[in-house]
Formats: sequence, structure tokens, C-alpha cells
Amino acid sequence: MSATTTDAQLSLRRPSGIRTVKNALATVYVTIATVLAVIPLFWVLYTVITKGVRLILTSTWWLQSQRGITPRREGGGAYHAIVGTVEMALICAAIAVPLGIMGAIFLIEYAKGTKVARGVSFMVDILSGVPSIVAALFIYALFITILGLGRSAVAVSLSLVLLMLPVVLRSTEEMLKLVPQELREASYALGVSKWKTIVRVVIPTAFSGIMTGVMLGLARVMGETAPLLILVSYAVGINFSPTSDTMGALPTMINTGRDQATQLPGYERVWAAALTLIIIVMLLNLLARAIAHASKLKEK
Amino acid sequence: MSVTDTNATERVESELPAAQDPSVSPVVDHSPVTLHSPVPRVTRHAPAPSTDGQVDRAPRGVKLAKISKTGDRVFRALASTTGLVIVLIVLFVGIFLLALALPSLQANQDDFFTSRNWTVAGNELRFGIFGLLWTTVLSSVLAMAIAVPIAVGVALCLTQYLHKRASGPVSFIVDLLAAVPSIIFGLWGLSVLGPFLAPAAQWLIDKIGWIPLFGKGVDPKGSVFVASVVLAIMILPIVTAISRDVFAQTPRDQLEAALALGATRWEVIRTAVLPFGRSGVISASMLGLGRALGETIAVMIILTTPAAGSRFTPSIFAGGETFASKIANNAAEFDSPSKTGAYIAAGLVLFVVTFAVNAMARVIAERGGAKS
Repeated sequence: MSATTTDAQLSLRRPSGIRTVKNALATVYVTIATVLAVIPLFWVLYTVITKGVRLILTSTWWLQSQRGITPRREGGGAYHAIVGTVEMALICAAIAVPLGIMGAIFLIEYAKGTKVARGVSFMVDILSGVPSIVAALFIYALFITILGLGRSAVAVSLSLVLLMLPVVLRSTEEMLKLVPQELREASYALGVSKWKTIVRVVIPTAFSGIMTGVMLGLARVMGETAPLLILVSYAVGINFSPTSDTMGALPTMINTGRDQATQLPGYERVWAAALTLIIIVMLLNLLARAIAHASKLKEK
Repeated sequence: MSVTDTNATERVESELPAAQDPSVSPVVDHSPVTLHSPVPRVTRHAPAPSTDGQVDRAPRGVKLAKISKTGDRVFRALASTTGLVIVLIVLFVGIFLLALALPSLQANQDDFFTSRNWTVAGNELRFGIFGLLWTTVLSSVLAMAIAVPIAVGVALCLTQYLHKRASGPVSFIVDLLAAVPSIIFGLWGLSVLGPFLAPAAQWLIDKIGWIPLFGKGVDPKGSVFVASVVLAIMILPIVTAISRDVFAQTPRDQLEAALALGATRWEVIRTAVLPFGRSGVISASMLGLGRALGETIAVMIILTTPAAGSRFTPSIFAGGETFASKIANNAAEFDSPSKTGAYIAAGLVLFVVTFAVNAMARVIAERGGAKS
């Protein structure tokens, strides 16, 4: 504002016109952005729920497979796919969770502040950015081309490990950072060795954070499709064996059925499978949040 | 080393052996304190009650256990191995992909980077990634261009405008968006969003279709444009979350200094919040870009695959194939090593590109002041 304006007195109440306008525009902008960001979740959920809710409310959906069901026929369920999705995710978790926790312990308890830790941490960042299709190709190269093993659900689980490991590791790492140093020192002062301190004091204190990471990791790998396309064939029947080369899974169930004509019963099952997948993944996410919320360790 | 090893030491270790009468220390073994390094060494402690020659017995209530280093060594080795495994995994991804791609790359008759052919069946290999690279980069950059301004707006709204009670639920909703599996985004993008955006796409083609980038494509529903909007929705949560965390760390005194000078809320943001968070936002955008580059199934479902040998259209309203969608689309064809090698070569390029983008994101984040 120049001093030559008509009223010589400095107005302390309001900024000049152009500044008010800019401020208002900024407010409008962030409001619009927020509204735009909130819409997609509800839109997607609305679409999936309206198209898929009828089938998932039937008991056959949760108890039967798609064996012998053609796209033109009503009936059948997603039991085979749910079994496959859960089984592959659990095998993946059995490998990724210990690795992730030990990796975080290495970064925080043993190598904190060293160059080695920075290097490993950098690699974790890279790993968390590796596209799922690349992880799948890597396991394909290692398992199927080089080791000569066939496609299998285990191979899928292994490629999912690459995707789940960074999630668990980062979440555990954040929590280990929050564990008060006094707790460790108190334990050392009582004569407890370092590893026992970690196992008995640090890990239990950080347990909620680790569980949050595990839940989020599970949610992430359950929704992955690319490794399933490359490393296992889709089975319409129920199969519990992780070493066989076919296994159903919710994402591949969606992918296999999505090309059908929209009026066929098979198309509705695609949306029901999508809804089932979203319910499982959302439940895991909400559970992760609930655990994090109930945790005693908080940031700041 | 076993538990009963002689090197095992008592816990309460005095570091003042010379200055103190040994009898007041509960420790019999005055071996060097280098043993069992993780324990904070007790440099000063009150003299223990005199035990008058019964120094081998601990005072009542204090049990002096022998401590073995074995457990620690094993555990440390386990933890270090895990760190090593993580590094090796990333290296192996690159090495194995390169090893399997090389034979096919050497047998390739076309130039790998400039050719648009993809003939991998039979004996003569002719393949190149130009089309894939174009579609991948175009869709990801467009997705970033859509997502970043919105994400920054949301992050500003959450940290600078909304009260904490209101920002919690909004944050929650945006974060949950990240939980939706990509195949569902793909399904929704093709059947709901594509038709919804079709009029807008048509309008753009009519108005500025003379620019090659906005030229008429094959299918308004299965275009790069629709894929980019879906990708933008998918990377919105990550960019928003990181930007939000960085903005929230703007030093309180800078905000208050700007306010004290009579700045409007927007001026506070422009002079304090945005400069502080710039590196964080750039880093978040790079991470989002990395995600978009590697996204597979949503893009594969949405994009219309052009017929083999069709003319190259640079338009965002054309169909196309990205690295990831090309590989996933043809996963059933991995039968001969040379054929597989060609797809793995495409995967290798994708890996290198995402590696570079993610590494850049990390470097920018570390250079900047704020930590996400």
C-alpha cells in the first residue's frame, strides 16, 4: 500500500482489496481441492456396493466356489478366491514380518546413525518403490527361469514379500524410534542383555506399531494383481495347496470375469468379488488404525 | 561361546577399580570392562553394603546373573543379515532381470529404444520400447500434473485451514483412498469414470484437437487421459500425506512472525509454509510419479491396446500400452526364453526408471529441511 492513498491513517483492520481477493481465492482453491479429493472414495465405494451387494448377502457367496459355473449361469461363490487370497497373504506375511521386524531392529537398535544404516534405509526406500510387476518378474526370473520351478502360489507369496517387507519395516522402525531410551537403559541396568532387552522390552512396547504395519502390509498385498497374473493360474475350484500351479484369488477372479457382457450374471459376480476384496482390505485398514489409535506410544 | 564361558562377566561393573577399596564393590571379577559393550557402564555408584569377605555372595534381593554374549551375537548377526538381505534383494532384482534380458536384447534386430515394433514370437526378435516409454511417461506425468496441485491444496487445507477436529476425518478419508486395490480403480475407471469423462474429452478434442497432444484418439473410454485421472486418484493419498506432514512441521515462529506482520492466511502460506515445504512436496511428487510409472492392473484394464502396426499417435486421447500393462497383458505368453527375455527387458527399463525416480525423491527429501 502506498502512502499516498486518500486516507492517511493506517487501517489495521483489513488488508487491501487485492490481498483480500487473493486470500479468498486461495481459500476457495483449497476447499475445492479438498472436496475433489474426498469424492473418489465415496464414488468408488458407491459403485462397488450398489453393483455387488446383492450377491455378497447370499450365503452361497461365502461358501461355494465357481467350479462348473459359466458366465451365463447364476450362482457359485467366492470361497475359492477368498481362500487363495488369504493363504497367499499369510504365507507372504510369515516371511515378510520377521524380515521386516529384524530389519527395523537392525536399523534402530544396532546400526543407528551409521553409514550402513543409511545404505540399508535407502534400499528400503527403493524396495518400497519397486512396482509389483517388477517384483513379479524378478521372482519369475529367479524361480521359474533360473531354478526351473513351476508357477505356484508360493512364488506369488514370495514376490508379495518384496512389497510387504518395506511396509512392515517402516512401521516397526517408526515405533522403535518412539520407544523411550529410558526403558532400554532401565533394562540394561537390571542386567538384561541387549537382545533380551529388545525381545522382552522394546518389541512388546512397540507391538501396536508392528501390528499396524502388518495389517497395512496385508491389506496392500491382498489387493495386488500383477504377481497373480504372472506367477499363478486362476483356478475356479477350491484349492488349499500353495505349491500347485493354480489357485483362485479375488483380484484374478475380478480380472478373469471383467470382459463379460454387462447383462450376464457373471458380470455381477465381478463386482461382488470387488466388494468382497474391498471389505477385507478396508477391515484390515480400519483394524490397523484402531490398533494405532489404542497404542500408548504416540508421536510427539 | 557357551553360557558358562569364563569370559562371562558379572553385571554390576565398577570402573573405579584402583581408587576404590575392592571390598566395597559387589564385583569379584575385575576383568576389563570391554566385555559386554552394550551395557551402559556404571561409572559411579554408591558403594554396596560391605559384605565382609563374603564378596562372592550378592546382597539380599540382588541377583547377579551371568551374562552370555552368545545370545547377543546371534541376535546381532540375525539383524545384520536381514539388513544385508534387503540390500541383496534390490541388487538381485536388477541383476537377474539384466541377466535374463541380455540374450534377447542381443538377438534384437530393432533398436531397443526407438522401435515401436513388438515381434517376439518366432526366431526373429524385433522389439523396441518407444511406444511403451511414451505412454508410460505421458500417463504418469499427466497423473502427477493433476494430482500434485490437488494434493497440495488438500494438505494446506488440512494443516492451515481446518480445525483439528475437522481435519482428522478428512485425512482419514484421503488415506483410505490408498487402501482401495488398484484393480478396483481399474474396473471403476473403465465402467464409470471413462463414460463420465467422455464428454469433457470430446470437448477438448473439438476445441484444441489440432495440437497433436490433444488429437483425436481411438476410444474415448480407454484413453491415456482416463488412465491418468485414475492414476492421479491413486497417487493423491501418498502425495497428500507427505505434503501434510511437511506443512505441519512449519516452524511455529515463522507462521506467527508472518501473522504479526499483518499477512493474510494466503500470505502466511506463500511466505512461510510453501517455502518450508517445497522440498517435501517435490519429493512426494516424485514418489507419486514412481507409483504411477509402475502401476499395472488399473492401467491395463483401462487402456485400449492399439492394433499391432498402427500409426503412432502422441495424443492423450489415444490408447496405448505402458511397460507394466504390456508385461501383464502378455503374462500368459512367457513360454520361450527369448520371448520372456523381451518382456523382462521392458521390466528392467521400468525398474531402472522407478529406481531413479525414487532415489531422486529420497535425495530431495534429505536435502530439504523437513523430514516427512
